[in-house]
Amino acid sequence: MIDVLEEQETGTKLESKIPEGPLADKWTKHKFNLKLVNPANKRKYEIIVVGTGLAGASAAATLAELGYNVKAFCFQDSPRRAHSIAAQGGINAAKNYQNDGDSVFRLFYDTIKGGDYRAREANVHRLAEVSVSIIDQCVAQGVPFAREYGGALANRSFGGAQVSRTFYARGQTGQQLLLGAYSALSRQVANGKVKLFPRTEMLDLVVEGGKARGIITRNLITGKIEAHSAHAVLLCTGGYGNVFYLSTNAMGSNTTAIWRAHKKGALFGNPCFTQIHPTCIPVKGNYQSKLTLMSESLRNDGRVWVPKTKEMAEKVRKGELKAKDIKEEDRDYFLERRYPSFGNLVPRDVASRNAKMVCDEGRGVAPTGLAVYLDFADAIKRDGRKVIEAKYGNLFEMYEKIVDDDPYETPMKIYPAVHYTMGGLWVDYNLMTNIPGLYALGEANFSDHGANRLGASALMQGLADGYFVIPYTLGDYLATIGPADKLPVDHAVFKEAENGVKETINRMLSIKGEKTAEELHRQLGHIMWEYCGMARNEEGLIKARKLIQELKEEFWSNLRITGTDQELNPALEQASRVADFIELGALMVEDALNRNESCGGHFREEYSTEDGEARRDDEHYTYVAAWQYKGPNQPEKLHKENLVFETVKLTQRSYK
Amino acid sequence: MDVTLKVWRQKNSQTPGKMVEYKLSDISPDMSFLEMFDVLNEQLAHKGDEPVAFDHDCREGICGMCSMYINGRPHGPQTGTTTCQLHMRNFNDGDTIVVEPWRALAFPVIKDLVVDRDALDRIVQAGGYVSVNTGSAPDANEMLIPREIAEEAMDAAQCIACGACVAACKNASAMLFTAAKVSHLAVLPQGKAEHKLRAERMVAQMDAEGFGACSFTGACAVECPKSISLDHIARLNREYLGAKLTSNNV
Amino acid sequence: MSWVTTTLSSSLGRKVVMSLTGLFLCTFLVVHLVGNLQLFKGDEGRAFNEYSYFMTHNPLIKTISYLLYASIIIHAVMALVLTRQNQASRPIKYAYARPEDNSHWTSRNMGILGTILLIFIVIHMRTFWYTMHFGPITLAGEEIQAGSIPQVTYDGEPIKDLYAVTTFAFSYLWYVILYVLSMAALAFHLVHGFQSGFQSLGLRHKKYSPLIEGIGTYVFGILIPALFAAMPVYIYLKVNHILF
Repeated sequence: MIDVLEEQETGTKLESKIPEGPLADKWTKHKFNLKLVNPANKRKYEIIVVGTGLAGASAAATLAELGYNVKAFCFQDSPRRAHSIAAQGGINAAKNYQNDGDSVFRLFYDTIKGGDYRAREANVHRLAEVSVSIIDQCVAQGVPFAREYGGALANRSFGGAQVSRTFYARGQTGQQLLLGAYSALSRQVANGKVKLFPRTEMLDLVVEGGKARGIITRNLITGKIEAHSAHAVLLCTGGYGNVFYLSTNAMGSNTTAIWRAHKKGALFGNPCFTQIHPTCIPVKGNYQSKLTLMSESLRNDGRVWVPKTKEMAEKVRKGELKAKDIKEEDRDYFLERRYPSFGNLVPRDVASRNAKMVCDEGRGVAPTGLAVYLDFADAIKRDGRKVIEAKYGNLFEMYEKIVDDDPYETPMKIYPAVHYTMGGLWVDYNLMTNIPGLYALGEANFSDHGANRLGASALMQGLADGYFVIPYTLGDYLATIGPADKLPVDHAVFKEAENGVKETINRMLSIKGEKTAEELHRQLGHIMWEYCGMARNEEGLIKARKLIQELKEEFWSNLRITGTDQELNPALEQASRVADFIELGALMVEDALNRNESCGGHFREEYSTEDGEARRDDEHYTYVAAWQYKGPNQPEKLHKENLVFETVKLTQRSYK
Repeated sequence: MDVTLKVWRQKNSQTPGKMVEYKLSDISPDMSFLEMFDVLNEQLAHKGDEPVAFDHDCREGICGMCSMYINGRPHGPQTGTTTCQLHMRNFNDGDTIVVEPWRALAFPVIKDLVVDRDALDRIVQAGGYVSVNTGSAPDANEMLIPREIAEEAMDAAQCIACGACVAACKNASAMLFTAAKVSHLAVLPQGKAEHKLRAERMVAQMDAEGFGACSFTGACAVECPKSISLDHIARLNREYLGAKLTSNNV
Repeated sequence: MSWVTTTLSSSLGRKVVMSLTGLFLCTFLVVHLVGNLQLFKGDEGRAFNEYSYFMTHNPLIKTISYLLYASIIIHAVMALVLTRQNQASRPIKYAYARPEDNSHWTSRNMGILGTILLIFIVIHMRTFWYTMHFGPITLAGEEIQAGSIPQVTYDGEPIKDLYAVTTFAFSYLWYVILYVLSMAALAFHLVHGFQSGFQSLGLRHKKYSPLIEGIGTYVFGILIPALFAAMPVYIYLKVNHILF
């Protein structure tokens, strides 16, 4: 069936393009129905790929292998530095190598359920289907996945899944997968099929005749503004977690590419769906620039607790009382107490919310009051230090390096932190946005994780989109438009976009105010974390709306950037990104206000059960909220794509 | 704590640079080295001076972007650590800290502490891959790879291409970097098909970029944030010599 | 360029040349040492002189000796080429560097050590090799002089008395000191050089590398230079009747 969402005012249609037929056959059938580009014609097409993470690098490499001419852009100095590299845990695939009952359908089901029933069935099923090929492809590239002694691939269980389907390369799975994709990309650079543009940032999308025509970029070293024309533009620019200032994202991760595309007409799907990861190293001081994730696997052996009373926690915070001096009966193992069947292994959103709750009660243990213990004393007693060291040695070492505390002796202190954004540009089944020729892949789109992403699924989605989906779906579009349908870069529409970009930069440089982009970004982060973070309520969101508006005004009247636009100028880069984060923050607040339910990472305090659990409202909110930009300082317009569940029955998640 | 910084300032690749001294007070020992630089840059910006440009991104020790030569050593005094993971508690109150960019012919300075490391990408482009198109892979478990081989490959594969090996080497040699990639693919069966060509091409590119030769001082392995071993350099030598003697490229 | 020149002009190929010539010179040192140990024999130099005669007259040894001279020259020239390349690869030096924190002094100064050794070899060859081959024969009854060589008759056969040249040279304290210092340089050069030679050939293995390191350090780094250094010291002490 075709799921149509209606543009009420103008009557234009936006289609999810989900193929007809039984769920398991949709992708196969769809692949057959897609148009093909003749091999000899492929070299007549130019494709722009922005971002070189798992999605971008795999897409660029694969499209080049097919014969298309690809231009790949990244703001880092090398494509290999994209933030996919920091993913630790692993990548899921329904290989069922462990003979423990896994299947494509089970991976599909777990992902839909984990996403709290806010993702498309067809997309998720396709993801589960191609997961199998991803592992084959990566192994063939030489990715050194962990192995059993006999030489077969090893798996581990991850993120509360009941089967072992996670493939991993030590604690550096993201790095190894990215280097695999990067090596494929490098091969195509050597072949002359990919042209690389490192240290280059996309600052605008060029749209003409309703189609994506190219992009405007800034060379970050020389400051030169350049136009690039192509038959299609793929945005693979990752998530926007840095809207919270502090997150586990890289310092440079930003929303600019997708936000500027949004301002050119691309709909933004579910912007408020943010994943807060429960096990991060807590914030220490105002100077803090980023948060470091400690692998989720730690919760397999660590026990989460805080002191039972506020008074005792107070003493801990002042340094008068040490964790190990707190008696067993004075400790509150709150996850084990509240969720006896899952205990410390509840999903990320639940674990995070509970940590926040006990800290809000005044029982947090760091000087800031924002931390809970993750204690390995029992595990060490049970298995011995050696076993724990073998499992988590490198993580403990990293923790000690950052915090200067020995986790073998004192319990770790952890606190949730922003980690992943499920929201992103709205795309149809072909990963195309509502602007023909503009695609969004990986974390930059909204598509596969619903309201909450399961562990080890981000890598899977990035590579699925790049290696196995876009090579088919893009061809369909290109065959439709034909090789001649491309504009020259001296076309007026490019000049206009270039001028717009230059104007914005000049405007920022000419403010000459008092606050740096860094300070304004930190302010935005405070607002977002306080009112649109782990728990949200109407009152707070309305307040945030006002605060963000004020911040936006302050940004455009009191910004200070030193240096010029004709050189490497990190302050200017940051300012340009923060401007977009502020606008996106406002949209996230609107989306959170609109969604009067609690689902996945989106927790509205008003919509919870008596004992503080999330309460979904399937009757009114089983839809994707796709927002349309209507001009500066205009409220955005909401479009709804209703989610139809033909296979899965919606149930309330329970981990009690 | 209070520290005095002596930092290399250079406007761009065409302008000569110089060391400039800055004093910073009330630095928290819990700050990372880069956060200390953030503080410096905020102060500079407020004074109307231009902040110090430096490369950084993930700030968790894996992207390989950060690249400072601190007090005479790449990534500073703590071994097995990138600059972003180095904390101020490794220094003393009142210390003078000298910070310079990586120095190598193949790594020209772009600005201040930022250098151009494209040479490393070009070495990979010369052959640091397995030539396999998407979709043509057999089932992953069809090729059994003993655990110790996979581990050995992983030891080499975890290189983050930060360039500390080049910065540390008295010859600015990129042997450890090149060796890590050649070695990763040489020990795995997937990399066997083109291992000769790979070694020949990657070494040729390494030389063409203007890196020095290996003197086996071991500085690279000591300073490598991922502790990649000199064993891999020996394997590269073996691979290269073997390729030169037996390949069909006359 | 053919594959040979390509290989020899690559940084790795050049290191292989350094390695092969260096390791060959190491084996020569062993032979040289064994022969020279005859000096310690209390036979007024007969064994030593007969060994010298053999070494200068055996056709096979003579052939190898040309290989040896070539090795020294190639090793030195290649070192020069590599050093220039290495220096060019860092045109701007660090203002402040602490290489002692990550590497040994010897490994970073093979060029200086090698230069000292080259100068030593020239002096050494002038004193002994040149005198042996081209020095004027000291007539019977004449005092030995620097650069000339007397003859000695064993079993009715007159041969050149290199032993006399040796004892004459090492009767001077400054000459002995020069030799001892040069042998110290040799020690440092070999501590790094021997192991490095195997590394350049890719001969490194968990099982055997400790052995190579052990031989490099204790045999080539300590034992051989110490025995070589002991010769001038022993002769000096003997000639000047200090100890023996």
